[in-house]
Amino acid sequence: MKFQIEDVTVYFPYDNIYPEQYAYMVELKRALDAKGHCLLEMPTGTGKTIALLSLITSYALSKPSNPIKFIYCTRTVHEMEKTLSELKLLHNYQLQHLGPAAKILALGLSSRKNLCINPTVVSAENRDSVDAACRKLTASWVRELAAENPRIPTCSFFENYEKSASEAILPPGVYTLQDLRAYGKLKGWCPYFLARHMVQLANVVVYSYQYLLDPKVAGIISKEMQRESVVVFDEAHNIDNVCIEALSVSVRMQTLEGATRNINRMSQEIDRFKATDAGRLRAEYNRLVEGLALRGDLPASDAWLANPALPNDILKEAVPGNIRRAEHFLSVLRRLVQYIRGRLQTENVEKEGPVTFVASVNTQAGIDQKMLRFCYDRLHSLMLTLEISDTDEFLHIQTICDFATLVGTYTRGFSIIIEPFDERMPHIPDPVLQLCCHDASLAIKPVFERFQSVVITSGTLSPIDLYPRLLNFNPVVSRSFTMSLTRDCICPMVLTRGSDQLPVSTKYDLRSDPGVEKNYGKLLLEMVSVVPDGIVCFFVSYSYMDGIVNSWHETGLLKEIMQHKLVFIETQDVVETTLALDNYRKACDCGRGAVFFSVARGKVAEGIDFDRHYGRLVIMFGVPFQYTLSRILLARLEYLRDTFQIKEGDFLTFDALRQAAQCVGRVIRSKADYGMMIFADKRYSRHDKRSKLPGWILSHLRDAHLNLSTDMAAHIAREFLRKMAQPYDKTGVMGKKTLLSEADLEKMGNSNLGEMF
Amino acid sequence: MADKQQQVVVKRARHKSSVKDPGTPGVLKLTKDRFTFMPNDPSSPVKHNVEFRTIKGHKFTKDGTKQALLNLTQDQGGNYIFEFENFPDRNVCKDFVASAIALSGEAGRTVPEKPAVPIQDEQLSAAEMERRIKLLQEDSDLQKLHKQFVIGGILSEAEFWATRKKLLEQNYSRRPKQRVALKNDMWSTKPLADGQSNRVTFNLTPEIILQIFAEKPAVRQAYLNFVPNKMTEKEFWTKYSRAEYLHSTKNVIAAAAEAAEDEELAVFLKQDDMLVNEARKKIRQVDPTLDMEADEGDDYMHLPDHGLPRNDNKDVLDSQYEPYRRSFSQHLNQHAAVVLQGRVIDVELGDTRSVAEALARTKHAELAKDASDVYLDKERLERISRMTEIEDLQAPRDPAVAPLSIKDPRDYFDSQQANAFSTLGDTVSGAKQLKCSVSTREAYCSLKECISEIKFQGLTEPTINSEVAFKVLNGLAQNISSNKYHLGRNPNESVLDSLPKITREELLLHWSSIQELLKHFWSSYPITTKYLLTKATKLKDAMSQIYPKLQEIKESVQSDLRHQVSLLVQPMLQALDAAFAHYDADVQNRLARSGERPNGF
Repeated sequence: MKFQIEDVTVYFPYDNIYPEQYAYMVELKRALDAKGHCLLEMPTGTGKTIALLSLITSYALSKPSNPIKFIYCTRTVHEMEKTLSELKLLHNYQLQHLGPAAKILALGLSSRKNLCINPTVVSAENRDSVDAACRKLTASWVRELAAENPRIPTCSFFENYEKSASEAILPPGVYTLQDLRAYGKLKGWCPYFLARHMVQLANVVVYSYQYLLDPKVAGIISKEMQRESVVVFDEAHNIDNVCIEALSVSVRMQTLEGATRNINRMSQEIDRFKATDAGRLRAEYNRLVEGLALRGDLPASDAWLANPALPNDILKEAVPGNIRRAEHFLSVLRRLVQYIRGRLQTENVEKEGPVTFVASVNTQAGIDQKMLRFCYDRLHSLMLTLEISDTDEFLHIQTICDFATLVGTYTRGFSIIIEPFDERMPHIPDPVLQLCCHDASLAIKPVFERFQSVVITSGTLSPIDLYPRLLNFNPVVSRSFTMSLTRDCICPMVLTRGSDQLPVSTKYDLRSDPGVEKNYGKLLLEMVSVVPDGIVCFFVSYSYMDGIVNSWHETGLLKEIMQHKLVFIETQDVVETTLALDNYRKACDCGRGAVFFSVARGKVAEGIDFDRHYGRLVIMFGVPFQYTLSRILLARLEYLRDTFQIKEGDFLTFDALRQAAQCVGRVIRSKADYGMMIFADKRYSRHDKRSKLPGWILSHLRDAHLNLSTDMAAHIAREFLRKMAQPYDKTGVMGKKTLLSEADLEKMGNSNLGEMF
Repeated sequence: MADKQQQVVVKRARHKSSVKDPGTPGVLKLTKDRFTFMPNDPSSPVKHNVEFRTIKGHKFTKDGTKQALLNLTQDQGGNYIFEFENFPDRNVCKDFVASAIALSGEAGRTVPEKPAVPIQDEQLSAAEMERRIKLLQEDSDLQKLHKQFVIGGILSEAEFWATRKKLLEQNYSRRPKQRVALKNDMWSTKPLADGQSNRVTFNLTPEIILQIFAEKPAVRQAYLNFVPNKMTEKEFWTKYSRAEYLHSTKNVIAAAAEAAEDEELAVFLKQDDMLVNEARKKIRQVDPTLDMEADEGDDYMHLPDHGLPRNDNKDVLDSQYEPYRRSFSQHLNQHAAVVLQGRVIDVELGDTRSVAEALARTKHAELAKDASDVYLDKERLERISRMTEIEDLQAPRDPAVAPLSIKDPRDYFDSQQANAFSTLGDTVSGAKQLKCSVSTREAYCSLKECISEIKFQGLTEPTINSEVAFKVLNGLAQNISSNKYHLGRNPNESVLDSLPKITREELLLHWSSIQELLKHFWSSYPITTKYLLTKATKLKDAMSQIYPKLQEIKESVQSDLRHQVSLLVQPMLQALDAAFAHYDADVQNRLARSGERPNGF
């Protein structure tokens, strides 16, 4: 369908639209008009992504003279794939109705690991080794050598791509990673470098958060994006955590050992160069004196992760004199590693700010703040000079320099925590030095400043006023939408007691109580016999899940559960988890039915949808609080209290409940879908916990469902499922429209627009 | 046709007069039509020689229960209980008996016809013959027709089968036997330990062994490698049980120590490399919208899952123990995957070696196929795009099309045909304004128009609009249900059910024989040879014999049913009339021509 929102004709690939989608588009359009940032919360299962995509692409189409670029950030690669396939649908629709004028170029971007098509490179184990293997074939010095000596291997895909130079472009269309690889194979071009090049020209770019938020990655990938861009962070309820992670570093003993090895290797290389090609080192020295930009004119294949500090925090000045010479710089690094090693020897937990840390580095190792700050860039330059291409071997020294640069750049919002051992296992020494960032606004600040509109959206952003404070920005639009339902297709319940009427909880004192474990198992057993197709269970941590599943196995409960459904479980191994998920879906597809055990805050909870028959019921066993004894968390809580006057308890509850809401929200995809949610912990019945749940769950949480035991829950489940099986009118009942057609929208356009909502 | 080739089954068994009876040991021999039991002790009075014809049914105990029993019940109420030494033996006999009983049940009626079949002019292979006999046995209607026409001499054997080529071909690819799914039951490695000694007992059955082989390819491989060259079967399983026991104690260090001493044991204790490789292959086939491995590759920050306590990497063990650690979760996932895949092999469970080999083969084939399948890729993409659509925003694009699957054609067409008139009435009233008398010129014009239109526009693709086809189908199907509705509450009731049984049988018989005759009749036109002429005449005679019979039926039924019956009979009569008319016209023609010819010369 197509319709007008003020001056923009919106092309929407379906025949009908939900009223909240329409309202969402209206708000979004206002934000785009105002060229400001916005914050929008809309419940899951209302087609947020397609609403976003279709409004922004239509907006761009309606203003051909001043085309805006659209940068869509997802948390994970599989969400990227999902988004791109929705965009494909939309693009096909627009092509049908607008013809070639609607042609756009949209592509997803990922790492070499996911894009490389060179069989020898891509077979490497992890991302870092793929990156290194690629550099070994494509670095400029390798190619120079290969030009003289044909026996040195190069990558034919990259060579072909380079040869075709400016002709190497992607025709308009929507490209998923798979499509990029296929196109690369067809043309014989390297899809990774092609994609990186095309990102500058594309109308729509879909990639993961880090490509904008992590300054190291953003420095090379997103450097040249124009200001007239709309940046969308989807599923952004965790964005503060991502920002914080982007600027945090931790250093362990292994890191230091690796770094020492790296330094030794580099000093050997320097000696070798001195003997054979002393001119190179001199040239580097001269370049550093002149303070030339380090990255500006490098060939694309040589670039690697940029400076970890944010672009506007880097001083535009020359590298300080005492680290210009390679051997001097190495000795500075040696002293730094030695100093950190000394700090790790401590027997007590130590916590200090960057200022004191830098001061003590200065007095004890003789390295001042300015030298620290330039460490990362200096290392980068040195490694290029030494022509080191196996970068995966040098991760350790990079981590150290990363740390040095951050600690030398920022004086507030960070703290340094040194722990000699893990709290829970005091007998095993495992010293770690952590530089933790507490200020989420630091990493996202350049994004807000550089781009004209930033949209932050998710199914769970409540309380919505907290996010602008955490991220320190002023949204022009900040709204939370409710869901208009045709029927009560979600059924949240709070289960406080087991079948024996004893309370259930994952609170610390009740957690390992066999009675609670048994009650949880009985609950699941009841549910697997009632609920068809898929059931998803979330636990509060991996260790708790392993423990409880083992105990169910020993008591025979698991065997009884398996009489009804197949059981799959998330493990820390992603390959295995992915295969388990794939099998889980197959089992639901073929009607066998299955249960998936997963962990709140884990990888599955973060992005996998359990919509339709893939999830008719979610059980949240316990309240997913963060590990409250962690020093990093404590330091962050302290920072939040001091800066934003947010109480520790409030923040912890807010954080736990947004995770819980996120987990249970995965069951609904559209209004035709339905699902139940069981919060199995007595603490959910307390008002202060419950009230932090997003409004769309609360509005369906009836008072009668607040204090249930297992048998009552099973009864409600049966009733609910029977009710959902009845046919219903999709367009809504009793004058309340929940599905709008083109005609409805036109009618609305004549009367007052805003009145409906 | 595995069970067919096996004409005789001989197994050791005990005959028992009751379940509690210890029984007489002996040999049970099963042939196609009878079973004999010979006791080992020739003096024993227990001897049996019974035809399957007299056996009404069979019962048996479940696999894995105490005794492997088979109980054959006789018509007259007697029964024969046999106990077998093991379940596979019993199952072989059970399957054989089941097919034998089914066969003899049909054979009761077929016996007299059978000898008639082989006397044929054409050369038939034994297999072909057997297939025809089998078809006749399976389908009583077909058998009746066969009896009536072939044996009655109206049609030849070849003619009869010529119209049923499809049926014969279909039977080549016989439907596979229904497979039994794997039990979703993890073999709990909880050993049975008796309190006194230090012995631990594990209990293995063929079913469990199959499961172990399916879930743990490394064990399967080890079995193929070691048994029987390096160790006996018993030693192998003892060793395996030892490894399982070590795992159940969760003592990684002890496991590693034992593995260091015994390299065969190490195979069981280490992580399964074959599984890991398989996983690596499979991950490439996974739906990209849930591929979390790709995230790992894109993760530049190595996000430690927000705020989750990470205690896993903390229980630091030396890396030398790493291969010996195995988690319960892995086992759980692997188990569920195997159960989901189902029983992939079709081998006797008793023979461990053949089970292992068959599994290895299927695995190999599967992996080889996966690697080369481009088609899978495409299917996956389509699936994703289907998944992305939000279903309730979109009106269903195409009429929901499902393949037509008519389980019981008789049921379908009965109701159809009985309703034909009422439908006809509908259409006539609906199409009244149609101009019926069209002059040749008009007709020609309209036809020309049509053709030129098609020339101009080209044929639409598909030729019949799917919506129109859908409507037609709907219209047809609707009558079925409505007719049933009119006739009564019971959905299985049709017009025919209200008739007395004899009449119904007779009607149906006539209906099918008329169909058969008409089929042959019309297929023999145009008559070009003498053979066809005689055939047509023969057929016409046969039909004219049926004609009065139909009239008779109509008259014989009670008055309240007469209308229904005449509705049923009417189309048959019409069809016959048409055939007669055609025949007569043809004969006239022929006569006229043959009459003309002499005149012409």
